[in-house]
Amino acid sequence: MKTADVVIIGGGPAGLAAAASAKEAGAEHVLVIERNNELGGILTQCIHNGFGLHTFGEELTGPEYADRFIKKSTEAGAEFLLNTMVLDISGDRIVTAMNGTDGLFQVKAGAVILAMGCRERPRGALNIPGSRPSGIYTAGTAQRLINIEGMMPGKEVVILGSGDIGLIMARRMTLEGAHVNAVVELMPYSTGLRRNIVQCLDDFNIPLLLSHTVIRTEGKEHLQGVTVAEVGPDRKPVPGTEIHYDCDCLLLSCGLIPENELSRNAGVKINPITNGPVVDDTFETSIPGVFSCGNVLHVHDLVDFVSEEAGKAGRFAALYAQAEKDGKLAAAEKEVLAEEGKSADGAAASAEEVRAADRKLRGSHAVQVAGEGGVRYTVPSDIYTDTMDGKVTVRFRVGKVYKGAYLSVYADDQRIFHQKKKILTPGEMCQVMLTKDKLSAMPERKRLTVKIEEE
Amino acid sequence: MYDVVIVGAGVTGAAAARELSRLDAKVCVLERGEDVCVGTSKANSAIIHAGYDPKPGTLMAKLNLEGNEMMDELCKDLDIPFKRNGALIVCTDESKMGALDDLLKRGEENGVKGLKIVRGQELRSMEPNLSDDVVAALYAPTSGIICPFEMTIAMAENAAENGVEFFFNSKVIDITRDLEGLYHVKAGDKEYVTRAVMNAAGVYADEVHNMVSADKIEIRPRRGEYCLYDKEVGSYVSHTIFQLPTEKGKGVLVTPTVHGNMLAGPTSDFITDKDDTSTTADGLAEVLDKQCISVKPLPGRKIITSFSGLRAHGGTGDFIIGEVKDAPLFYDMAGIESPGLSSSPAIGRMAAEWAKKTLGLSGKETFKKTRKGIPHFADMSFAERSDLIKSNPLYGQIVCRCETVTEGEIVDAIRRPLGARSLDGVKRRTRAGMGRCQAGFCSPKVLEIIHRETGLPYDRITKCGGKSTIVLEHTKGQTTEEAEGEGKA
Repeated sequence: MKTADVVIIGGGPAGLAAAASAKEAGAEHVLVIERNNELGGILTQCIHNGFGLHTFGEELTGPEYADRFIKKSTEAGAEFLLNTMVLDISGDRIVTAMNGTDGLFQVKAGAVILAMGCRERPRGALNIPGSRPSGIYTAGTAQRLINIEGMMPGKEVVILGSGDIGLIMARRMTLEGAHVNAVVELMPYSTGLRRNIVQCLDDFNIPLLLSHTVIRTEGKEHLQGVTVAEVGPDRKPVPGTEIHYDCDCLLLSCGLIPENELSRNAGVKINPITNGPVVDDTFETSIPGVFSCGNVLHVHDLVDFVSEEAGKAGRFAALYAQAEKDGKLAAAEKEVLAEEGKSADGAAASAEEVRAADRKLRGSHAVQVAGEGGVRYTVPSDIYTDTMDGKVTVRFRVGKVYKGAYLSVYADDQRIFHQKKKILTPGEMCQVMLTKDKLSAMPERKRLTVKIEEE
Repeated sequence: MYDVVIVGAGVTGAAAARELSRLDAKVCVLERGEDVCVGTSKANSAIIHAGYDPKPGTLMAKLNLEGNEMMDELCKDLDIPFKRNGALIVCTDESKMGALDDLLKRGEENGVKGLKIVRGQELRSMEPNLSDDVVAALYAPTSGIICPFEMTIAMAENAAENGVEFFFNSKVIDITRDLEGLYHVKAGDKEYVTRAVMNAAGVYADEVHNMVSADKIEIRPRRGEYCLYDKEVGSYVSHTIFQLPTEKGKGVLVTPTVHGNMLAGPTSDFITDKDDTSTTADGLAEVLDKQCISVKPLPGRKIITSFSGLRAHGGTGDFIIGEVKDAPLFYDMAGIESPGLSSSPAIGRMAAEWAKKTLGLSGKETFKKTRKGIPHFADMSFAERSDLIKSNPLYGQIVCRCETVTEGEIVDAIRRPLGARSLDGVKRRTRAGMGRCQAGFCSPKVLEIIHRETGLPYDRITKCGGKSTIVLEHTKGQTTEEAEGEGKA
């Protein structure tokens, strides 16, 4: 069986940044497995600019941004397998994959990084009543058709959902000569970034209908029209508010779902809110040696944060693989077994024992991190204060729009952070920085709570 | 001249075609759609019923039982996935137990084997996710689940391999009978002359029948809406769970599909438009509401799609099958609603018997009864997958991530007899696009493969025939030719 220190599943922005930093952290053999025929993930079809402001201080297009990380990871010495699909990851980190050239093969990984990204919520999952003609696509599929394949899915367009891809596609289709009738959003707020609403809708006079939804699709073979209606506070259509649009194209931008089929099959614990793995401050999942970053972990708005997060995951994965190589994990396993009164020469350690050994290397003290009162989730869910970096960024999303509210962090019942925020909205990921100095100073604390407090 | 023209390439027409292909006869099938299995046969509960439900003495009862018994051999010969998962007809009201007993007696009278009433712990251990209200159930072990597309396609492919001709986009517009008693069937701009006609036109069977007979029939489309759940909840129940019919109606069923999803439905509404397979807010709400009568609530977020299908209701309480009185050698296979899918192999066999008796046709030695399906990469072992990729590297390339469908399977679906020409055609044959992303990722790739394999320009490749094109034009208003020309330059 082939071996690698770090195997990264997915060659999008997360996988590329993780690969570069795993190499920089000393991992010898870093292998990125990508199912597409090129690296860069969804960035390859995002030909608009606006990427990289945080990372590079300039506005790059998606392919340009991807290119920087492709160069960086290639120069660092990462290896890539394209057109290759991972079928399975076992609990002991044997990755099964396939392609047309090598057939079906397995790689034993020192550490695995899950970086599979996300997919769009399809029409079926939205349960929109009506006919099922052609002309209904997710915004990302339309983006691929136009930007990569050079084909127009329609000329008269309605977009359901104000996610960022939907907003970007409203502008893109307009520039390609289509007429975008409206962007229709079920919620009373947009789920996209403010700057995209201004640059993609306002600048092109495209109406954004908040608290509206598509209640019917029409047309037997090809889409001929949609009916839109206002929704009440219960998100149910209000009779009498129907608007009809003649259109040949309905695009859906109604949310992104992390692609965790492989993670679930491997037994990784999934957070039901993010639909992504539960991770600690090193981005390690519930399975020792399996890490996760990017949109498969939680859906981001900005690729810069994906790269930053993935860079850390890559470094920690490399350290894990090194610890295993050095025999440190095996030594810790022996200790765990000895504590349980078992002979170290006996049967192999159980999954729990492997995990306990892994944790042993991380130091004894962990605090739980959780969201409360408007904070829907946090990444990470645990911080090991003995071995944590000097600073840990806790990222989260809120459940509704808050104006002038306070963002607070409590360590058990003691408030350790309190800051007034002009606006917090579900469409924009929020973050708070915690320092090792602060957390180490209160070793007795067990739980950190991030919450929104209104005056 | 044809011996038999079959109108309709749904499951009934395909079954008839396959059975007739055993005979030394010239047979063709005229289908208005762009593919086989595009009408009633494509959207239904996908159940092979045990046969306890039809009224004893009816054709429905007889053909359901025969069809059910024929399934094992048929599926083995034609490489169709089929599973006898058994059905439970649940009763949620102790005072209605009499009705459950009646159903048991009716089933036994119809000849259904293995029926029994189960209760209490035995029932709960068979099906832990039944709702708490369920007091007892009739267990029918011979009930099964099948993929209606694969069943129809397999029979049609086998018929085609044995010499039956298929003509698509061929809507029958007129049928006349000449002085010699031959039928002239006009479809599209062509005319087919034949000794006999078999009418398997589904919801349009009345229109076809009424072209030749003064004794008019009416087929009313009855629409049923369904919700399909993600494979993640595919083992929520293992049997097909029916509700005991009450004065409020037949109720909705909850069943695993043979491919591992969970299906709930149908509603039952008469409509007037025979092409209207749209879903409605009320209908979908009804499915979600009524499924909870028999099972504990399924997680709504796991729905991956909803759809509706039409059932061809003949209004006679039975199938309308047989030679039309005032039109010799014109045979109806009409009003084929539930249990039509289950009965279809037996209806097909009847068709062959008619042909033998009245047309004097006999069997042919060259008949090849087996057909090999498209390899299902997703269901294979490590070694099988390895060998397949070695034999053809296209099997090493996954196109549909959700259902693990390879490029090799898609190419096979296009190249084989009666091959796919549309996205839905590929989907029904390979499951590409049938998973949780509902073709979001794979449709551009499938489009490219269809273009490469068939030479069809991109702007003429459809989702499901007719005007259902996927792309309107190339950007900058170019045609495929222009766009490719530019690419080459």
